[in-house]
Amino acid sequence: MLALLPQLLLTGITIGSIYALIALGFVLIYGVTGILNFAQGEFSMLGALVCATLLAWHLPLATAALISVAATCVLGALTERLAVEPAFGAHPLTLIIITFGVSMALRGLALMLWGADPYALPEFTPGPPLVLLGGVLVRQAVWAIGLSVAVVGALFTFFVRTVPGAAVRACADNAFACRLVGISPRRVSLAAFTLSAALGAVAGIVITPITGATYDMGLGLGLKGFVAAVIGGLGNAPAAVVGGYLVGIIESLATGYLVPGYAGAITFLVLLAVLFLQREGVLHGAQRRQA
Amino acid sequence: MTASLLQVSGLVARRGSVEVLHGIDLEARPGEILAIIGPNGAGKSTLLGAIAGVYPARAGRITLAGRPITGLPAEAVVRLGISLVPERRQVWSGLTVREHLLLGGYHRYWRHRSEVRADVALPQGIFPRLLDLDRRLGGSLSGGEQQMLAIGRGLMARPRILLLDEPSLGLGPLIVREIVHALDRLRRAEGLTVILVEQNVKAAMATADRVAVMERGRIVLRGTPAELLAHPGIKAAYLGKGYEIAG
Repeated sequence: MLALLPQLLLTGITIGSIYALIALGFVLIYGVTGILNFAQGEFSMLGALVCATLLAWHLPLATAALISVAATCVLGALTERLAVEPAFGAHPLTLIIITFGVSMALRGLALMLWGADPYALPEFTPGPPLVLLGGVLVRQAVWAIGLSVAVVGALFTFFVRTVPGAAVRACADNAFACRLVGISPRRVSLAAFTLSAALGAVAGIVITPITGATYDMGLGLGLKGFVAAVIGGLGNAPAAVVGGYLVGIIESLATGYLVPGYAGAITFLVLLAVLFLQREGVLHGAQRRQA
Repeated sequence: MTASLLQVSGLVARRGSVEVLHGIDLEARPGEILAIIGPNGAGKSTLLGAIAGVYPARAGRITLAGRPITGLPAEAVVRLGISLVPERRQVWSGLTVREHLLLGGYHRYWRHRSEVRADVALPQGIFPRLLDLDRRLGGSLSGGEQQMLAIGRGLMARPRILLLDEPSLGLGPLIVREIVHALDRLRRAEGLTVILVEQNVKAAMATADRVAVMERGRIVLRGTPAELLAHPGIKAAYLGKGYEIAG
């Protein structure tokens, strides 16, 4: 029973690092605009599928990955400009439903373009798995964890150490005051969607060599990322990252020790418990925005 | 007579669905302190907001040094040299004092990064307290400290006109005096124009070069503090009996 634990933890941390990236995307957009972007998972799907297609066109993996991240960024920006921005000022629920609509539209589009069959990406650096603390770690998992940590680190450096990063935080804090110093909340909102799309795309591309990519992968990834963000209190980026790892580990332990099919259900039970127990999230979070 | 820097004519503005300003004419000259006084709900804050681009003008026009700025959003108006220090200060609770000041110069940041970083010394020179509070978060400051920070942030935009909405609200007399002195120095040193909305009429009268009295969305009276004090209605309504201008 316990012999399984290291393996389950390693698996949990791997998938958790992906959830952490998606959760950060949620928190970023929510903080700046007050919108829960349920199209967040679709960014991962698009990143992965575009990358798979570019690879099939014989582009090198790194080039394909970079282009697909850039393309997803464009799509994130378009989502903001075409679907969200025109409805700014509407009731938050309306905006959330819009993002649901975008999510379904993107999934439908992906089904038409790529079909229902799964696509694969090769491991970034093929080779035998590593043995670590009594568990086995495929090389791609090292990439997933490493890239996630690097991206999260870069993002936090940007927010804490740079003036444009402070402008984004200021926008989440008090958008009115931002306008008075010349920061345009609309531009920051556009930047938030673009950056969140990039986070999603990176997550999707990195995890695909392990899980494969399908047109509907965004649903599961998006919901797990959402749970992670809620566990972190929605307004708190570091806590959302921790939430991502927590969700990954919970899911992995549930798969290993309970019936595998119930992992998803248990994740959502955790979400319900969090919402019931503490509206602000488990890890003390920022204030909830007034709806 | 000096040419006016800011010219407001026939300005009509709403706040939400309510028309608050019913045709305001106002001018501000370079380097002067213009106080706007009047009862609560007269539309003083809305007037400042409308000049700064926060509330769109329904009619009328606003020009800055001859250039029309009517209808520009707030984030554009600040670039042209009008900086609003809003009511209730509106500091960012989770950002440090230094970040406030740097962001105050945000519209210059992309082109003049090092200049903005160096300019932080300016508000710190005016309010040395800001230097002690450098790493503190906006939300953890006292009311007076937040007001200094809000003014410092407004100055970081390097405005030609500073709009101050109730800077003395909730502050002790010592801090008010410090702020008033600072404004006076800036006017002398940099030719800064200040438009000041004040509940504290005595403080406003003592600082201002000219005063405009607002009632129910209109300017009903204007003149120098001495002229207004000579006006029988004003003294009775705003200052009480026996008040003489200080100094």
